Amino acid sequence: MFYREVGDFKTSYAADQAIFPIRQDRWFMAILLVVAFVVVPFGVNDYWANAILVPFLVYSLAVIGLNILTGYCGQVSLGTGGFMAVGAYATYKLTTAFPELNFVVVLLMSGFITAGVGVLFGLPSLRIKGFYLAVATLAAQFFLIWLFNKVGWFYNYNATGQITMPTRELFGIAVTGAGTSPVVKYLFCLTIVALFAWVAKNLVRGRFGRTWMAIRDMDIAAELIGVRPLFAKLSAFAVSSFYVGLAGALHFSVWFGAIEVTEAYSINVSFLVLFMVIIGGLGSILGSFLGAAFLVLMPILLKNFMTEGLGMLAVTAKHTEILLMGVLIIFFLIVEPHGFARLWQIAKEKLRLWPFPY
Amino acid sequence: MVFRTFAFGLVTAIPLALAGAATTDAYELVIPSLDYRTGPYAPNGIPVANGFADYMTLLNERDGGINGTPIKLVACETAYNTQQGVECYENTKGTEPSGALVYNPLSTGITYQLIPKAEVDQIPILSMGYGRTSAANGSVFPYIFNFPATYWDQASVFIKYIGEQEGGMDALKGKKIALVYHNSAYGKEPIRTLEELSKKHGFEFLALPVDHPGQEQKATWLQIRREQPDWVMMWGWGVMNQVAIKEAASIRFPMDRFIGVWWSGSENDVVPTGADANGYKSGTFHAPGSDFPLHADIKTHVYDKGKGAGEEGRIGEVLYNRGVIQAVYVTEAIRKAMDIHGTNEVRGVHVRDGLEALDLTEDRLAELGLPAFTIPVAITCANHTGPGKVALQQWDAEAQKWSLISDFMEADREVVDALIKEDSEAYAKENNITPRECPSS
Repeated sequence: MFYREVGDFKTSYAADQAIFPIRQDRWFMAILLVVAFVVVPFGVNDYWANAILVPFLVYSLAVIGLNILTGYCGQVSLGTGGFMAVGAYATYKLTTAFPELNFVVVLLMSGFITAGVGVLFGLPSLRIKGFYLAVATLAAQFFLIWLFNKVGWFYNYNATGQITMPTRELFGIAVTGAGTSPVVKYLFCLTIVALFAWVAKNLVRGRFGRTWMAIRDMDIAAELIGVRPLFAKLSAFAVSSFYVGLAGALHFSVWFGAIEVTEAYSINVSFLVLFMVIIGGLGSILGSFLGAAFLVLMPILLKNFMTEGLGMLAVTAKHTEILLMGVLIIFFLIVEPHGFARLWQIAKEKLRLWPFPY
Repeated sequence: MVFRTFAFGLVTAIPLALAGAATTDAYELVIPSLDYRTGPYAPNGIPVANGFADYMTLLNERDGGINGTPIKLVACETAYNTQQGVECYENTKGTEPSGALVYNPLSTGITYQLIPKAEVDQIPILSMGYGRTSAANGSVFPYIFNFPATYWDQASVFIKYIGEQEGGMDALKGKKIALVYHNSAYGKEPIRTLEELSKKHGFEFLALPVDHPGQEQKATWLQIRREQPDWVMMWGWGVMNQVAIKEAASIRFPMDRFIGVWWSGSENDVVPTGADANGYKSGTFHAPGSDFPLHADIKTHVYDKGKGAGEEGRIGEVLYNRGVIQAVYVTEAIRKAMDIHGTNEVRGVHVRDGLEALDLTEDRLAELGLPAFTIPVAITCANHTGPGKVALQQWDAEAQKWSLISDFMEADREVVDALIKEDSEAYAKENNITPRECPSS
């Protein structure tokens, strides 16, 4: 009744190709952005920024990155943790070597460096497919972590091998370092994530996205109709790694500020991001956000509910949380194997017919 | 239908979960405890957390808290994971009514996260014998304390002990000493000190990394078998310790020439190897065992009332005692802070002053029921490590007991202090900190 495309006439090609063809969707998006940029900052404190919002945004960006590669181009990757580490170490090396360099430039350069590394490790994808490719990217994961832990140059030869982010400012306001206000952290991440989510959404709707999806659906058929696998696959690896690298850079610089590579970017991170992609929905930008939200926010929500709401012991709550998360994941994957994005799509279709389903 | 119930559940759960803890009128001292009773390091995390919690319960039950003000222990589960540790920190730091008074991160990774935050939030951190060694320099790190001794002190004491055993420091020349370490910031801590000492005393130093979690060490120990070092030291944690001791036994490395850091010397680490672990040594800064008057008090006032955090039979284990001594340091610092500021309603910034003025004498320790349990600790503005003395203990597999085998030995201050100065100055420079002036004492 309220959500329908009836009466929403398109009079130009531009209108026909809009990201959100339905007016209510546009309104919803606009309201969401206003809330995120204007309303939420008033309620952000250290806890909300450091434990909830920034983690959600950083993981969303990483999930978008992996979704481009795995969801849109069909190349399974288990190297996400390693590529995040590349982004983090690139940021560290660049910002300590050139302290005067604008921090946004540092972030973008870290993204491009990761893209380069991603292309390098994407080369085997031209020959090997499926599970075998997953194993090849697993090699990237282990090699990169080993490299950053082993070679002193990457951590400026300090005693412990940890890297620490110095304070960097943007327009005179600190965006990294311990003294950063939570609002700045949140808004900085939000701006980057919103911008790059928009870029990603447009990339996957355009020529790039179509070649990726052609490769995903059937690479031989795609080749026959003139899609170059070399270009399609490597561009997917490059764009994906750019996003993952940027997420790693934010993860290190804005969120944590100090990182130990073996813990922060271990294989667990690769799996976590992959699960976010699967639970959110393969091949969906919205799904990337939903998947990240589920796996980042749900444990915290459950924990706070159990310890503060029900007064459970911290350790019992933790065990129950692990259990409940497993149950919830299984539940959602049984109800909708295609992830939250598909659930959302079904809900929208139902809404269009409501209240007179036929 | 399932969806409707689930959605309803979610909608009702959210406001409940977000509604914070209820506030009370009476003033309480909030002490957060970042436990890890789950995850790969849980076997070691549980006794530490139990000892810490039991001592706090004892004070509440026996004395009604510290100087009559009750303690509110806020446990938060970190699973030894940095991300969850930060979440715990942000979640607990503002707990009513006093706000968190002091943090014991119990993890090198979490400590490094909290070091820059401590000064901003004005909550001190006691990383008792772990964390960043150069935080010993109180003029650069006003909010961080790492007494009673650091990893660098410990590395130096081990070398001194080895020297004694070999018949003098000159006898170290030409000897070969290996370090098996957890390949992380924690494990890498002693390397620089050992390199310096190897230059000074002329022994050959061999660093052998073991990756997290340390279950796979065959290659490392084959290398040790090939290189035939005279002594092996270990900086391990969790399951890595057990595996290393087993591997050492399987290549028949003499156990009395194998020394672990104080996180590699608890019952958990040696019991699985059985009789072969006999003679294994480790560093420590407190005595093992449960025959101190304090332990009797814990049994009467805590366990007999059914308020114990763990099993009564495990009181007095090495890591349990470590939790106890950590609780003693924290509560004594709070007591000191109350004295200095003349109020029982202390906050984090006051406790920092209490930690900095902490003077835990032998008499005071005896009063607390811990005579000859550990070394006296006196902290000053410039020196946040205190005595820096370490003793060695040895495992007797037959009696199933650790016992002290050396006095508390002083580290090679010349080498260690120079390294602390260098590292803390580098940190100050990197982070634009102007070291504060400390009165020379």
